[in-house]
Amino acid sequence: MSQIHVSTTINGDPVEYLCEPDDTLLDVLRDRLSLTGTKEGCGSGDCGACSVTIDGRLVCACLALGAEADGRKIDTIEGMAEGEKLHPLQEKFLEHAALQCGVCTPGFLVAAKSLLEKNPSPTETEIRYWLAGNLCRCTGYDKIIRAVMDTAKEMKGKRKGKKS
Amino acid sequence: MRYEAPTSVSEAAKLLAKEKGLARILAGGTDLIVQMKSGMIEPDLVVDIKRIDALKRIKKEKGGFRVGAAVSGAEMEEHEELCALWPGVVEATNLIGSTQVQGRATMAGNLCNASPAADCVPALVAADAVARVVGPKKGRDVPVIKMTTGPGKTTLKRGEFVESIFLPSRKKRSGDAYLRFIPRTEMDIAVVGAGVSLTLDKNGKCSDARLSLGAVAAKVLLVERAAKILIGSNLDEETLEKFAAAASAAAKPIDDKRGTVDFRKKVSGVLARRAAIIAAERAMTTEKKGKK
Ligand SMILES: Cc1cc2nc3c(=O)[nH]c(=O)nc-3n(C[C@H](O)[C@H](O)[C@H](O)COP(=O)(O)OP(=O)(O)OC[C@H]3O[C@@H](n4cnc5c(N)ncnc54)[C@H](O)[C@@H]3O)c2cc1C
Ligand code: FES
Ligand code: FES
Repeated sequence: MSQIHVSTTINGDPVEYLCEPDDTLLDVLRDRLSLTGTKEGCGSGDCGACSVTIDGRLVCACLALGAEADGRKIDTIEGMAEGEKLHPLQEKFLEHAALQCGVCTPGFLVAAKSLLEKNPSPTETEIRYWLAGNLCRCTGYDKIIRAVMDTAKEMKGKRKGKKS
Repeated sequence: MRYEAPTSVSEAAKLLAKEKGLARILAGGTDLIVQMKSGMIEPDLVVDIKRIDALKRIKKEKGGFRVGAAVSGAEMEEHEELCALWPGVVEATNLIGSTQVQGRATMAGNLCNASPAADCVPALVAADAVARVVGPKKGRDVPVIKMTTGPGKTTLKRGEFVESIFLPSRKKRSGDAYLRFIPRTEMDIAVVGAGVSLTLDKNGKCSDARLSLGAVAAKVLLVERAAKILIGSNLDEETLEKFAAAASAAAKPIDDKRGTVDFRKKVSGVLARRAAIIAAERAMTTEKKGKK
């Protein structure tokens, strides 16, 4: 197989890599670029551990090819905190103990961030539906949902504070 | 395997026509990549159609909409006019998988993967949607019901692919709906799916109706016999009973771990009836909107 040369942007930085035509984006992120924050749970689209965004759209990295990233903007969990400063969702996940083993956590964070960008004040039902493709075998989900709801509330408060 | 990402329909058609081995279109990849990774298929060539601008568009045409083959479910949901004209088709597409799957999955991929349980297909059949097929020869328009012949089998010829799906304009007082039964509320394969599209006259009588059932035969069914029962009626209780019975009778399901034959037949009637009621409610609300 001849390798494919890809130029893309990952978490705001230009990145170039060579990949096999049948490498998934998840293979590329983890094995070629050492961005191992994005997890592999199932490799078949069922668990959401590999959630990333491509051009702002939430997708499973295990169901996209590495070659498809050419010219696109990819965002992963590694781009979520700003240096040492955690994203509000990350803070709230810690505060609410919304994780145990942590394998599902990057996927939940990326997916929840994408929800709050689209819908800053989701209802609990909307959050549960949006995150239905993210599986967690440890927490029982409730703490995750609470953490997302609390983040939405706090971010809304901050936006209001800024306006006045 | 080779990966190609052409930027025009003609380039894509040439690539497919030239390939001697197994060629596959890559739309959202939510079926294709799973099948490749599990070793079910080993394509020699994968043609990614997402770089073809024309296939990424939802275009108004003759009062209806032409949805490009690379348009994802998430993009359809964000298109207000399409949601207003064909709410049942959009909701059926949005039932496919999770938010992540929605970000990629297409109607054309759902159709061409040819699963008897494909969620958007009964809604498309009820809508009398037409697929535009392109390839080495002149393009042709194929009603969605004629696109598949059985599990994994389409009527596409070598080198052909679906360029877009056309959803026609609607008469006043028309509505559609799709319902499926699954054991949980998200992320599962339909045990039964039912799509209904209908039109009411100004007295509220049904003047036109189509019913389609999924997951109850080797391919999605168009059930004309049941739909005829609705035509001329006010969708009264007695008519709906007969309609449901005809839907149950038309279902030819198999027994498997997801549901027995009896259960699937019964649920076919129940969902057909509920979908008809929702479609009729929608038909009435479009009239109200039209009056404004
Ligand atoms: C986690 C998960 C959950 C799912 N849940 C559901 C569900 O609830 N309901 C359901 O119906 N499906 C479900 N699916 C299956 C799948 O997501 C859908 O069938 C989807 O619509 C496929 O579209 P795609 O664009 O991803 O197709 P692809 O995977 O890109 O393609 C599917 C097949 O069709 C061919 N193809 C694609 N586009 C064209 C074209 N334009 N012309 C010719 N051939 C073409 C491909 O070569 C391939 O063989 C699920 C999948 C996953 C991974
Ligand atoms: S690893 Fe991608 S969805 Fe599970
Ligand atoms: S914390 Fe272990 S899977 Fe979610």
